[in-house]
Amino acid sequence: MDSQQIYETSHMISSENLDIRTITMGISLLDCIDSDSDRACQKIYDKITTKAKDLVKVGQEIETEYGIPIANKRITVTPISLIAAASGDHDYVKYAKTLDRAARTLGVDFIGGFSALVQKGFQNGDKVLIDSLPQALAETNYVCASVNVGSTRSGINMDAVKKMGQVVVDSAKLDYMTNTKLVIFANAVEDNPFMAGGFHGVSEPDVVINVGVSGPGVVKTALEKVAGKSMDIVAETIKKTAFKVTRMGQLVGSVAAEKLGVPFGIVDLSLAPTAAAGDSVAEVLEEIGVSQVGAHGTTAALAMLNDAVKKGGLMACNHVGGLSGAFIPVSEDAGMIKAVENGTLNVSKLEAMTAVCSVGLDMIAIPGDTPSTTISGMIADEAAIGMINNKTTAVRVIPVPGKKIGETVEFGGLLGHAPIMAISNADSSKMINRGGLIPAPVHSFKN
Amino acid sequence: MKAILSVIGHDKVGIIASVSNLLAENKINILDVSQTIMEKEFVMMMSLALPETIDFQELTNKFNKLGKELGVEINLRNSKLYEAMHTLD
Repeated sequence: MDSQQIYETSHMISSENLDIRTITMGISLLDCIDSDSDRACQKIYDKITTKAKDLVKVGQEIETEYGIPIANKRITVTPISLIAAASGDHDYVKYAKTLDRAARTLGVDFIGGFSALVQKGFQNGDKVLIDSLPQALAETNYVCASVNVGSTRSGINMDAVKKMGQVVVDSAKLDYMTNTKLVIFANAVEDNPFMAGGFHGVSEPDVVINVGVSGPGVVKTALEKVAGKSMDIVAETIKKTAFKVTRMGQLVGSVAAEKLGVPFGIVDLSLAPTAAAGDSVAEVLEEIGVSQVGAHGTTAALAMLNDAVKKGGLMACNHVGGLSGAFIPVSEDAGMIKAVENGTLNVSKLEAMTAVCSVGLDMIAIPGDTPSTTISGMIADEAAIGMINNKTTAVRVIPVPGKKIGETVEFGGLLGHAPIMAISNADSSKMINRGGLIPAPVHSFKN
Repeated sequence: MKAILSVIGHDKVGIIASVSNLLAENKINILDVSQTIMEKEFVMMMSLALPETIDFQELTNKFNKLGKELGVEINLRNSKLYEAMHTLD
């Protein structure tokens, strides 16, 4: 083994915040369905705490033996709207509390899958789950929720878009932090190990291990060495770096799966920033050459970054999945926050960036008095970008009661802080109140 | 198990001696050693054969303590990590 290579890896881990962001165990709950909700919840608790009983321990063993930090151990489950539908209950808060209790028992960081997939319409369980969201999220600590409102194949369910705007507003009234745990998707993926949007799709195996790797700092450091070189060299450098990082994810995932005796699913290499210094996607874009994220050219730089990350990861592991690319959350990225505070980055530019990044409008704090139909408008726009471009998009906005544009809100921990961002004051309600379904685009008909 | 021990930091007298001593005390065989200066830092790599029964956590703690005493960063990792990142097989 070459000393230079060992030195490079050590440096990535100790100085450039390279980490395994999460080992996520996906668990199917389809065999827990029961018409008696108490019995269903008991089955859910028992299955999760049995299948994942060693997840945290195995994660810690790998951290020690390989000397690589594993930031989170997480669980995803089958969308609860499908599991709970048979019970006939009028709210599913009980199910959310069951997931929360299982997460606490196991010592995991998050459990995702309090979810519904309604891109084409609602079954009864979907409606009950969506109505339960504000209370379920306000009364749990570890549970993450997501609702898929659109897809390239199905179009956009505008009734769901309208409902979700209202859910965001209602949740904010109970506790504005609840909206940090709620993602509204188009083209949601079924093997996403990242939160808050992770759930375990119905076509997945009974139990599976997925791994999420991060490391914007590693990419930035690699790019510092090619300052002034052409974009070809920049793309190539990102690809090579992404390859190395993804290989580490492949190794950790296969070791974890073997130790836990379950199949290994996918590696998701997503440059996911944290509020820590040097762990910023904005700084990668600035290293590529825009003076501050939000400047003209940012979208092109991000498009290249997102694509090069995917290309580098593809050959590095058996199965790439999840969202793989670059996340652009505002509150979790010191560089994004600075750009918003400077007035360089606004919601319109962020929306353009979501057409080429790996997800969407993420962790954006907005005024507490924003009407629900305006939030629905934001959701509809993002879903349209996802639907037309065959990509996953999402909205995770956080209305903060009592706060106005330019003020700041503290989320704490990994979630950082966020300036309250300006959004359009113009009314979207007439369009949102139409409801119905935006038909699937012409390029969805591929059969 | 094959492991790589890396020592990175400011050069000073006795680093190799102290590290080798601790390895000998724990009955660990050194397979290969290289030492160089990179970006003005002292960099030493040792390839080690660890008994399968070894308590990795306990050994890591001992090296962390030694690293603090010597003022250098010492990491002990399963060599598969480096192989995965830098080689294709």
